[in-house]
Amino acid sequence: MARRSTSGRAGQGTWWAGLPGLAYLVALVLAPLVIIVIFSFLSRAKLGVGVKWEFTVQPYVELFYSESLSGERSFDPTYLQIFFNSVVYSLITAVACLVLSIPIALWIATRPPKWRTLLVFLVTIPFWTSLLIRTYAFVIILNDNGPINGALTGLGILSEPIPMLYTPFATIVGLVYSFLPFMILPIYASAERFDFRLAEAAYDLGATKGRVLMRIVLPAVRPGIIAGLILVFIPALGSFLAPELLGGGKTSMIANVIAAQFGASRNWPFGAALSVMVLVIVMLALVAFAVVARRSSRRGSQQSLESLL
Amino acid sequence: MAATEASALSIRNVSKAFPTPEGGEVKALDDVSLDVADGSFMVLLGPSGCGKTTLLRCIAGLESPDSGEIDLKGTRIDDVPVWKRRVNTVFQSYALFPHMTVTQNVAFGLQMDKLPKGEIAQKVDRSLELVRLTGLGGRRSSQLSGGQQQRVALARALAKEPEVLLLDEPLSALDLKLRRGMQLELKRLQQETHITFVLVTHDQDEAMSMGDRVAVFNEGRIVQVGEPREVYLRPRTRFVADFIGEANIVDVVTEGGGAAITGWGAIPGESWAADSPAIGDGRRVAAVRPEDVMLTAGGDGRFPIIDATFIGGDLHAVVQVGDMTLAARQPAADATGLSTGGRCDVAFRAGSLRIVED
Amino acid sequence: MKSPRGTGTSLKNFPLFGPVAAIVFGFLYIPLVFVVGYSFNSNRVVTVWKGFSLEWYADVLTNDDIQRAVINSLRVASISTVLSVIFATGLAIGLLRMARAGKTAAWSLIMAPLVIPEIVFAIGTLALFVQIRFPLGVDAITLAHTAFCIPFALLPIRARLRSVDLTVYEAAADLGANEWVIFRRITLPLLAPGIVAGALLAFIISLDDFIVSYFLAGAGGTTLPVYIFGMIRNAITPGVNALSTLLLLVSVVIVTVSYIIARRRR
Repeated sequence: MARRSTSGRAGQGTWWAGLPGLAYLVALVLAPLVIIVIFSFLSRAKLGVGVKWEFTVQPYVELFYSESLSGERSFDPTYLQIFFNSVVYSLITAVACLVLSIPIALWIATRPPKWRTLLVFLVTIPFWTSLLIRTYAFVIILNDNGPINGALTGLGILSEPIPMLYTPFATIVGLVYSFLPFMILPIYASAERFDFRLAEAAYDLGATKGRVLMRIVLPAVRPGIIAGLILVFIPALGSFLAPELLGGGKTSMIANVIAAQFGASRNWPFGAALSVMVLVIVMLALVAFAVVARRSSRRGSQQSLESLL
Repeated sequence: MAATEASALSIRNVSKAFPTPEGGEVKALDDVSLDVADGSFMVLLGPSGCGKTTLLRCIAGLESPDSGEIDLKGTRIDDVPVWKRRVNTVFQSYALFPHMTVTQNVAFGLQMDKLPKGEIAQKVDRSLELVRLTGLGGRRSSQLSGGQQQRVALARALAKEPEVLLLDEPLSALDLKLRRGMQLELKRLQQETHITFVLVTHDQDEAMSMGDRVAVFNEGRIVQVGEPREVYLRPRTRFVADFIGEANIVDVVTEGGGAAITGWGAIPGESWAADSPAIGDGRRVAAVRPEDVMLTAGGDGRFPIIDATFIGGDLHAVVQVGDMTLAARQPAADATGLSTGGRCDVAFRAGSLRIVED
Repeated sequence: MKSPRGTGTSLKNFPLFGPVAAIVFGFLYIPLVFVVGYSFNSNRVVTVWKGFSLEWYADVLTNDDIQRAVINSLRVASISTVLSVIFATGLAIGLLRMARAGKTAAWSLIMAPLVIPEIVFAIGTLALFVQIRFPLGVDAITLAHTAFCIPFALLPIRARLRSVDLTVYEAAADLGANEWVIFRRITLPLLAPGIVAGALLAFIISLDDFIVSYFLAGAGGTTLPVYIFGMIRNAITPGVNALSTLLLLVSVVIVTVSYIIARRRR
């Protein structure tokens, strides 16, 4: 007897529908990653573009050591320093975003429902504009001839413009600006689910506003905070534009160094090795996130992530 | 009931099991057989999870049985895909197409039959007329009330003039007054169209009022099939007696040449229903309806009245008889002297006791 | 925050949150306002205001290189949008039917472009194309954009798909529709708002992208953001502001349209 396995799923399509998309992603997302890993174990091509198909761990060696002209190898912390700086900048960015985002996210969440969608939309708009333009905006603003310096000198507070551009400060400002919505939205998503009656109960029992905030509201939005920290830290780590346009030569982050290997420096395997290290750091960060998120409400963090889109 | 040429549906030995999350299996249908006469209104009745909806879905083709056969007017359909069967369903959630108007919803099935446009328009009009929704063709489902949505679902399924119409708890989402009205509507529709209806419900009032025949389900099996009156007056098992109407279930023991109820006494011969099965293996319980338990007040009554409340025009009482409690119901006029905490005697109306399978 | 009793809203106002929120909103928008404002600055020195002028817009709109860059951007964005929406629709339907193990793997693959730093994705695709000897340029950019537009297109489509009552499909089958007819006449029309939203998102993402486009542009594949970057790098000419303002305008318009559509269909 021919049995059709249509149990309860008539008309809903099959999982095969996803195959074209998955195949495409394997080809254009998975394959590049695999190639990067492979390239990181190959030799530098003579003319700089591409690779020479010779196995070597030289690229990884170059992370830690440099060779002088005479062939002497010595420990060189340059790249480690850059990795370290990148992590530090990203952490600072994440924390700064957090501090700025909590007030606004909580404020929006405590507005009447009709306003909330509009306010969230207003927060989201900058997210959808080009990162390039948003970063460039600060080139204008932090410029020696820009509005900030202009106002400060004009008001007589300064006699001379402060160089704000091409400093680590400028890079961090650019990073914070780029990723602020990534922090606001998850925290808002968490805050929106918070049942304010819990806070009311606390007020009823005599707690002050500060107490309610610290002991009740903030712990409740913890999933959103964790999601936001990850959503800011990881992309910040891999940021190219802010350090490039705002940092000058002094604030190179990993992405700039990687880009250079595929541009002027012409050392693809080394660039690949750097990328692999970045991926490792990102994986570690994600694992840390998963562990922390598992302790607080896991569903909450996932919803916060999905809320971004 | 043997299959006759007047059978619209013939279900034979159908079984279906579903996997459970723990890795085991749950038997939704266990060797179920049923014949539905052409042009009749069959009701599948039972508590939730008893398999009645699963059977309905198997008839529709939305589930496939693990074993057994389903025949439609003599032709095998259980290996025919759902979209080819001349069977249509009215879903519990109505499942109207939200992006289509009422007319488009009703026309959909006819378009699948590739009928000419003129004919489709005619049939749609006739369907809407049948369910009394003429004139609302241009609305979308979000603009209709619950009752109206249900009628669109009906019209949509009836438009194709199927051999059998399946209805999955169609009235459960309606409020009480609407429900009563729709019960009559459905009965009328079935009689007007002469289409075989198979309706699933857990509400025994609905089953009793609408069905020509009722099939009572429990735990994946059919425990009794018959006309509503039949099933009510002559339940075959404890479950049926208890599920349809109210019933007191009492243990009976053989004593001497007759039977007795522990704690009450020997049962007089005339108390037994004329067609009650005999006491035998597996049959040591009897059912009696509360309206057949007669209480008489008296200070020297043997049994304490635990509760006595007047509801409507009747006294609803609970009496302690030995280890068990009996529910009794009688008109207020006959209930003088009966009150909570008092004492009374208990008698059974002639022909009211019936042995049922446990 | 939910407060069904509607108690005094003063309880909901934490001290300073209002003003800080205003400042942060300002912080979000003022930089963009400056870019727009300076685009009308008649002064050559970008950051000193001299007077209102539209000359930079004229400059920019008549520039051949810029026109080519705009056409490249539009071409890449349009094709990426169409492709990523098609893939995303298939994925949305497929995901609904996948077993747990496959689903997690699929999601990881789909979300990967969002999690991996874009620079890695950019050089990875560069390495891939070089390795298989695929020419760099507009087509290479299109292929790469399609990949990371897929997650953006997928989320609205999937949200829409999950909001549909599953019995609707059963009803359609019951009434005589086979799988293809159901897809054409029920699934697609019901998904349409999600598809439109996904398409708009994918379009903006592609239009605004810089890093991937930068590495895959090759000789003739300069897109608008890559061109703007070049302008910024070489010398801050006022045309940058005008060009940036135009790009901003397009992004804002598209996002607003997407938002309005999403609200209407709710």
